[in-house]
Amino acid sequence: MSASTPPTAEPIARLIEELNKLPGIGPKSAQRLTFYLLRAPAPQVEALAEAIKALKERLQLCSICLNITDTDPCTICRDQERDRTQICVVEEPIDILPLERTRKYRGLYHVLHGVIAPSEGIGPDELKVKELLSRLQSTQVTEVILATNPNLEGEATAMYLQRLIAPLGIKVTRLARGLPYGGDLEYADDVTLSRALEGRQEM
Amino acid sequence: MPAPRVYQTEAIIINRINLGEADRVLTIYTPNLGKIRAVAKGVRRPQSKLGGHVELLTHSRLMLARGRNLDIITQAQTINNFLPLKEDLGRTASGLYVAELVNAFTAERAEDEELFHLLLDTLQHLSQSTNTDAVLRYFELRLLAQVGYRPELQHCGDCKAPLQPRENFFSPGHGGVLCHNCGYHEPLAHPLSLNALKVLRFWQNCDYAAAEKVKLDDQLATELETVLREYIRYLLERQLKSTAWLDRLKHLPDLPASDRNQQTPSMPGTAGTA
Repeated sequence: MSASTPPTAEPIARLIEELNKLPGIGPKSAQRLTFYLLRAPAPQVEALAEAIKALKERLQLCSICLNITDTDPCTICRDQERDRTQICVVEEPIDILPLERTRKYRGLYHVLHGVIAPSEGIGPDELKVKELLSRLQSTQVTEVILATNPNLEGEATAMYLQRLIAPLGIKVTRLARGLPYGGDLEYADDVTLSRALEGRQEM
Repeated sequence: MPAPRVYQTEAIIINRINLGEADRVLTIYTPNLGKIRAVAKGVRRPQSKLGGHVELLTHSRLMLARGRNLDIITQAQTINNFLPLKEDLGRTASGLYVAELVNAFTAERAEDEELFHLLLDTLQHLSQSTNTDAVLRYFELRLLAQVGYRPELQHCGDCKAPLQPRENFFSPGHGGVLCHNCGYHEPLAHPLSLNALKVLRFWQNCDYAAAEKVKLDDQLATELETVLREYIRYLLERQLKSTAWLDRLKHLPDLPASDRNQQTPSMPGTAGTA
């Protein structure tokens, strides 16, 4: 980037270079944003800078569930209303949002911060697996719900965790895999359809 | 004649990386085009029509449209999803290793129909075989031969004398076996027992059905794995990433039999490689 940037004031070049690193922002967009900020009123620019700084300075990982939080423990772990016997294991902090939107789950979470991906060299040591196991040893958890994504790596991670957790005498369950709401039977793949058949329910 | 704008092909998905919000770039191995990379749009959304049809280690029939840079997958239909392979931790790990090997040893758009069928057969055998070690080693030998690195197992790679029936050495740099005298002074050569040499020779000239019947004790299995892995690492000049996961699973304790059925019925946790 710096090689192709025409000579310009150092702060401008620097901001262009930083913005260019963001996903979906090419060199032209980075230039346009930089010159927009240059003309924008000072309070607006400062508010943006402050918001970006707060992201790193005020956020941390919850010491219990490893979700991203600005208070430790996080609001979910502190909530006394929630069921402390269930832990739902998810890949990323963002996966908690859709589960919370359902309002069906009242237990706690555990964020792995990734998934076992052998072809990328990511194993259990790169994830928060140890933290999960030590948490299970010291609390009154009776059920672990594995909510990793229903793809090859997610399934492998779930199978691996099952092998580690089942010997502790804790019930291990996996989110059901079936047809998406609003989907189309015609386009369903065989794995999904056979799982949907296996898990069919009387109505 | 200009190439048609859309075309159909069979393919096995051997790698994938996420792109943007919901897309993926797939690396697929085809019978007539060799390895190609193609974009599957919107595939990470639950309602995607491609979805499970283009998951890793799936054999599918694809319709592709030529793109400016990468081709775009427009339709997909599963031929074989190798479900037994994906429902077992050890077999999944082996399948990913096989896919990574094919990806590492091939260049894009270099046709090799035999290699396609080797890959297909291997995934098939990994789904069913109880002798995963033999399947993996046989696959490695066949793959190496297919891409031009067939190890020399009859004559010493240095003095060219026929090998004697005793302990010899395997030298990655010579692309095969060295006799006891030559190998002894070769720092990178690895001792090769007579049994291991016999098994390698047998595999080099037999089909899958026969290869799978070779019973390996732990010591011989480890020796063959080490020798071939060293050779592959020498050729690629790096260690494959998925080997670490394969090794790790060997040390994972089996589930007690009683836990298997009651816990998660659709997820039998039998060990494949152990």
